[in-house]
Amino acid sequence: MKEFIEGAVAIARSVANCKPAVVSAYPITPQTHIVEELASLVANGKLKAEFVNVESEHSAASCVLGASATGVRVYSSTSSQGLLLMAEVLFNAAGMRLPVVMCCVNRAVSAPINIWNDQQDIVTLRDAGLILLFAETIQEACDLHVQAFKIAEDPNIMLPCIVNIDGYILSHGYEPVEIPPQDLVDKFLPPYNPPYKLDVNNPLTLGPLVGPEWYLETRYAIQETLNNDVKKKIVEVAEEFTKLFGRKSYGLFEEYKTEDAETVFVTMGSIAGLVKEVVDELRQQNQKVGLVRIISYRPFPNEIVKILLKTKRVIVLEKCISLGSKGPLFEDVVSSLYIEASNNGNKLPVVNNYICGLGGRDVYKEELIEVYKDKETIKFIGLKKENLGSFI
Amino acid sequence: MIDEKILLTPGHTGCAGCGQALAARLVIDAAGKNTIVVNNTGCLEVFTTGYPYTSWRVPFIHSLFENAGAVASGVESALNYLGIKDNVNVIAQAGDGGFADIGLQAFSGLWERGHDILTICYDNEAYMNTGIQRSGTTPTGTNTTTTPVGKDSAGNLRWKKNLVDIALAHKCVYVATASIHLPIDLQNKVKKALKMKGPKFIHILAICPLGWSSNPAETIKVTEVAVRTGFWPLVEYENGVLTKVRKIKKDELLPIEEYFKLQKRFAHLLKEENKHVVEMWKEKVKENIEKYNLLED
Repeated sequence: MKEFIEGAVAIARSVANCKPAVVSAYPITPQTHIVEELASLVANGKLKAEFVNVESEHSAASCVLGASATGVRVYSSTSSQGLLLMAEVLFNAAGMRLPVVMCCVNRAVSAPINIWNDQQDIVTLRDAGLILLFAETIQEACDLHVQAFKIAEDPNIMLPCIVNIDGYILSHGYEPVEIPPQDLVDKFLPPYNPPYKLDVNNPLTLGPLVGPEWYLETRYAIQETLNNDVKKKIVEVAEEFTKLFGRKSYGLFEEYKTEDAETVFVTMGSIAGLVKEVVDELRQQNQKVGLVRIISYRPFPNEIVKILLKTKRVIVLEKCISLGSKGPLFEDVVSSLYIEASNNGNKLPVVNNYICGLGGRDVYKEELIEVYKDKETIKFIGLKKENLGSFI
Repeated sequence: MIDEKILLTPGHTGCAGCGQALAARLVIDAAGKNTIVVNNTGCLEVFTTGYPYTSWRVPFIHSLFENAGAVASGVESALNYLGIKDNVNVIAQAGDGGFADIGLQAFSGLWERGHDILTICYDNEAYMNTGIQRSGTTPTGTNTTTTPVGKDSAGNLRWKKNLVDIALAHKCVYVATASIHLPIDLQNKVKKALKMKGPKFIHILAICPLGWSSNPAETIKVTEVAVRTGFWPLVEYENGVLTKVRKIKKDELLPIEEYFKLQKRFAHLLKEENKHVVEMWKEKVKENIEKYNLLED
């Protein structure tokens, strides 16, 4: 049954159906509604969980880390500065191989302080060993949360997973949503049964000091897990989800009208909805254009290059930038394409990078149609030259 | 074979005469095997858990320098969820850097939320693991690598952060100080604390022969002198009320200079030009004696 419901509330109810044992978070706009709803479900006896109100995001991440190490399912959510404050803990959770599941409600990073949406927060943690998934819609955010627990908690994986949703656009937006129902979630998601935990009957030391003779292998192991086990699992879990819930889940990425496409947009998050409209409109004008929507940003699906190599032009559209270099998604796409082409002698398409939506700047359909006609390599969409006088 | 009852086993890489190693062993042996230890980064974690070895015979977790308070809160919450908290002790411990400075916020959160956890600060009065830099609990007049003694400096000039008062302000159900020269007293305090439900705090003076430049063979003596000079009062609070004080016999009270003499970190205080620091200390000791009524006939 579909309900017309706010994104944050829909996510909280989906998470509740996954029965986390310990939830800990610190409020940060626009993430707060998720934990408020979870707190309310606990307060009303609808979710049996320990809800721990900590004094910072650093402690929120640390609290769920400790609970996860004790062998129970955990959940947290955050945003922006909160994510940055959690950064060292999340590197730590990945290194300790603890399957913490979180939502990051993506938003700009200070300064200047700005509470609106872009994806700069999470891309700063792309190297941490986390599984990073991006949702396009509220429905997908709910579905990915249910899948996130199953992926992260797989005994062969045991890595944190963050489901990313665009701040306000998805967190505060309303949409008809089907909350993954309890009976199906129970069927889909096995109870968490970790291969190791803090247990007085079987004492283990977690988080030891590891010297140069061992450290490198710990990083290699995470890299192998992400690129092999996690990728396989994401695809497998998406198929299983699609079958059981009767609603399509795409796995690592979604292809939209790419079959004969000569130009392909690559992007992630809610802006894909707008890109699909643009693709439809251009298709009506007989333009051969499509979209590849990245769902799993980490591990990065190099598999997309097979699609991209059949095209003449790739437009990477992203709400983040590696200042002093290029868009982080652009760099992943270009390096994956180059490696494949240099191994197999393919002709490379032109790849353009467009940065958009930073700090909540609206992006319009007309602008994306303009992008399609434009050929510049790196460009900021919607840049107001008249504003620059104050900053340059 | 090492005795099964020893829960922090020998063979670790702690320095000769390390007060923290001794204190940590006394604590965990008193707590017993049904205990989960959460440890901040610091000497203790470094010298007991060098992979692939560990000295811990109880479940032990180290995450970061400053988050033991929060990690332990998560451990305790998980045990509550599983319905087994009453059978398992949780100890969250750190050095003075990890407790009084960078980790204080997380411990404050733990105390304020009322988690059923014993928190312990092994105070060696500087950041010893990184090379003897000053901490918030470094005593006045200490020579450290970041408060070096020089022409214009008599060392650290701030008073020690008072962790006991901070814990009391958080309404911890049990607050005490302890010293390794009185092992039974220390272990009794751990046992008493673990019988009480709620947040508990024990502050232990953990001598560091390396950082204090003291003779490793005199570790016990140095801590005893710390107590007998009134430098380190031994006190016990239950539910906010001072219930026990370790008295010093009037004729056994030692002047503070006797404590300084045992450690080169205070060597400069015995020079004429730093007399004013010793005078400040004499006032401070008097304050301690009056505050806790330390003396008896």
